[in-house]
Amino acid sequence: MGAGAAPLPVPAPANNRRRRIRRLSNAARAYLLVVPAAAFYIAFVIRPIILTAQYSVYNWDGIKPATWAGADNYVEVFTNPKLVGAILNSFELIIYFSFIPVVLALFAANVIRGIARSRLSGVARTVLFLPQVIPLVAAGIMWSWMLSTNGTVNQLLRAVGLGFLGRAWLGDFDTALPAVGVIGAWVQLGLCLILILAGMSKIDPALYEAARIDGAGPIREFFSITLPSLRQELAVAITITVIAALASFDIIYISTQGGPGNSTLVPGLQVYYLAFFDREIGTASALALTLMALVLIVVLPLQRILRGRDG
Amino acid sequence: MIVSKPEKWLGRVLLILLMAVTIVPFISLFITALHPSGTYPAGLTWPETPHWENFVLAFQSANMLQLLWSSALIEIAVVPVSILIATLTGFALGHLRPPGGRAVFIVFILGLTLPLEGIIVPLYYQIREMGLLNTRWALILPLIGLFMPFAVTWMRAHFINMPPDLSEAARVDGATTWQLFWRIHVPLSIPAISSLGILLFLWTWNQFLLAVVLVSDPEKRTMAGALGAFQGQWGTDIPLLCAGSLLILTPTLIIFLVFQRQFVSALLQGSLKG
Repeated sequence: MGAGAAPLPVPAPANNRRRRIRRLSNAARAYLLVVPAAAFYIAFVIRPIILTAQYSVYNWDGIKPATWAGADNYVEVFTNPKLVGAILNSFELIIYFSFIPVVLALFAANVIRGIARSRLSGVARTVLFLPQVIPLVAAGIMWSWMLSTNGTVNQLLRAVGLGFLGRAWLGDFDTALPAVGVIGAWVQLGLCLILILAGMSKIDPALYEAARIDGAGPIREFFSITLPSLRQELAVAITITVIAALASFDIIYISTQGGPGNSTLVPGLQVYYLAFFDREIGTASALALTLMALVLIVVLPLQRILRGRDG
Repeated sequence: MIVSKPEKWLGRVLLILLMAVTIVPFISLFITALHPSGTYPAGLTWPETPHWENFVLAFQSANMLQLLWSSALIEIAVVPVSILIATLTGFALGHLRPPGGRAVFIVFILGLTLPLEGIIVPLYYQIREMGLLNTRWALILPLIGLFMPFAVTWMRAHFINMPPDLSEAARVDGATTWQLFWRIHVPLSIPAISSLGILLFLWTWNQFLLAVVLVSDPEKRTMAGALGAFQGQWGTDIPLLCAGSLLILTPTLIIFLVFQRQFVSALLQGSLKG
């Protein structure tokens, strides 16, 4: 299908048939190229999704024959306080994994753009992106140590006379979840920054000049020019970081294992515990499917915003 | 932009503060790694004598040579295969555009939002049935499948944006589709392909959950998975753990710093054009 092909004169029937055969064989050949990727995707992504749905309506310990459970596992997911708590925790993490990094990145990008020619702007981009490339496991290990009783965070607090605030941040019921969230914010800032900077570089500088002439201050300028122009980039940044929050696993597995109590338990971790320690495959699968559905419910509306500008 | 002086300086100071917060954990990790093995050093304090041998010790106790070899084997299997099959699919869906191709593409896109935890349970039983638990294949095969949504989206976007004149000229000269692909499209796609390769390399290196669930032997895992096992074993020896973490994360930093430009452009285009 050549884009923009000129309209052809009405073809004779015989010609038409030959063309249809050729088009069919072209399509078949094109699909032949799709087969290997589709095979891997179906075998290791699609099939497991379907199986998750199937497991979720059975009681199964992984060994003995499974028995029909109907909606029981889903009732469990939405009534057991531990599982509901895990889901709520993951939503609370959105504040730290998504909202805070996006706000900080908007601020940092504004500054970096203002000093575009200085060396600081290039260094800042590189430095702020570093946490994005290291394994999350390493980020978890670093910060577990930073946030421990004897760690750098408490040392800094003591240095500024706030030592009384010091505690084992990841071991305290009140601070464990925000502390895990700080690790996430630290990781995600660089991604948000790079996306927002890319968006800002596409904004026409004439818009700002016009705004200045009209007497708009920097704050007005930010809200009426910068923010609306970044809609697409913000949608992408929020999508990626929200998925990272709802589906968090590595950082929490390393830093708190879901504790103390269940104060940092999240669905991803709980699926792992249920399936591989408690041997409750059905409940684990129901929670897994709920997690996939929640991600879609939160993320799909964002895609509408993203597509909005492309028409 | 015209910005007033105090506003500008305040901005710079806050930016530098943000950079400091980003860097301090790395410094803390490094300094802690230099303390005597088995001690609990207090925050940021330089040791009386830096114990550089901790890095050697961590290298040996984590059996790092074996780990590097294992990771290399996994990378060598995952990255080229993923790139090859995603490029073929991207070419088919982005250039040849058969009828129904759009629907196929949407099925691939849906995988972009998928949390790995959602499918880890059946994946375990599937790999067990295949008799591949605790082998490198248990990581290689699912990783290729899991990379397909991003890799296909990325290569398709690349082929869609390629100017059509070149392919039309080649067609006129009588090139077959296969020749068109290998002689024109692939050579022109080297930048896109190498960016994708860098991303897939890092994502494989950093993959954790699959390794934890499917491969219990750390010496057959990816690097991040091995670090998880190392933490389990040496979690109480903080300086050694820090040294081990540094050894495992440094290659990712080097790759990023060397390929920074491709890396960032890959990430941007992959996520914005998807």
